[in-house]
Amino acid sequence: MSDAEPAEQFDDLDQQKHANLMGMWLFLATELLLFGGLFASFGVFRIMHPETFGEAASHLSVSLGVANTVILFTSGLTTKLADEAVEAGRRGLGLALLLGTIALGLAFLVIKGFEWHHEYEIGLMPVLGLPFEYPGADPRNARLFFNFYYAMTGLHAAHMLIGLGLLSIIALLLYRWRDPPKIARQVRISGLYWAFVDVIWVFVFTFLYLLRSG
Amino acid sequence: MNSWTVSFVVWGALLLLLAASTATAVLVAGPMAHAFSLACALAMAALIVTWFMGLRTADGLLRVFALAAVFWLALLIALTLADFLTR
Repeated sequence: MSDAEPAEQFDDLDQQKHANLMGMWLFLATELLLFGGLFASFGVFRIMHPETFGEAASHLSVSLGVANTVILFTSGLTTKLADEAVEAGRRGLGLALLLGTIALGLAFLVIKGFEWHHEYEIGLMPVLGLPFEYPGADPRNARLFFNFYYAMTGLHAAHMLIGLGLLSIIALLLYRWRDPPKIARQVRISGLYWAFVDVIWVFVFTFLYLLRSG
Repeated sequence: MNSWTVSFVVWGALLLLLAASTATAVLVAGPMAHAFSLACALAMAALIVTWFMGLRTADGLLRVFALAAVFWLALLIALTLADFLTR
């Protein structure tokens, strides 16, 4: 591992590692503002229509939301452990943990897809001109809640797909094991992205599923 | 405690916070429950960022970057809500 060379624009591997991390954190800051705009506008409408949004939230499945949160927390754990395993040069363990993360990410998307399909079946999917058959008191503003729901969970799921693509490429590189220090850096920065998607989900779940009325 | 053990402890803490937050939202509901759930979300995010994303051991500059991102987000949300909360 010690004979690895940094890329030519860096003095040493340590500097290169710091630059990699810095770049990823900067990218995540822009991502935070992207999601932040959605959260801020959701907050505004949540304040304007507290009863309707509270009631609309109670039509979502908390149990499926909790299951997905547990899955994402566990995938955050496996990513962190994979990072440490690769750092310690334990390729097999690192690969197994990374594949575990990918499997958990896929499980999340399957559950999310199942949830969306159920909402489509009961007429709570007001997108692409589909009928909206809301049973509550204020369907007009409840439609807004569900618009937010699909925008937020959809954007999050898109990030999950990107993350899964990224982790699959890293898993392949890990399998080949050609440049261990470089792979360790790649696992670290892709792990940062995955954990960030985790953080976003915590707020998506809390805002949409938990701010409900009785 | 070695790093692996800490990771499992953090994971356990995340699950406990999730259980507390969800139980409160389902069983209690209302503004106080909402405030508690939001506080739990902040705590869960803080745990993930400090441990899973390694901010606890990151150098000063990285921490400044992370805090700046949260600061801008806080400005965005606070100034937006300041209007609607004071009408």
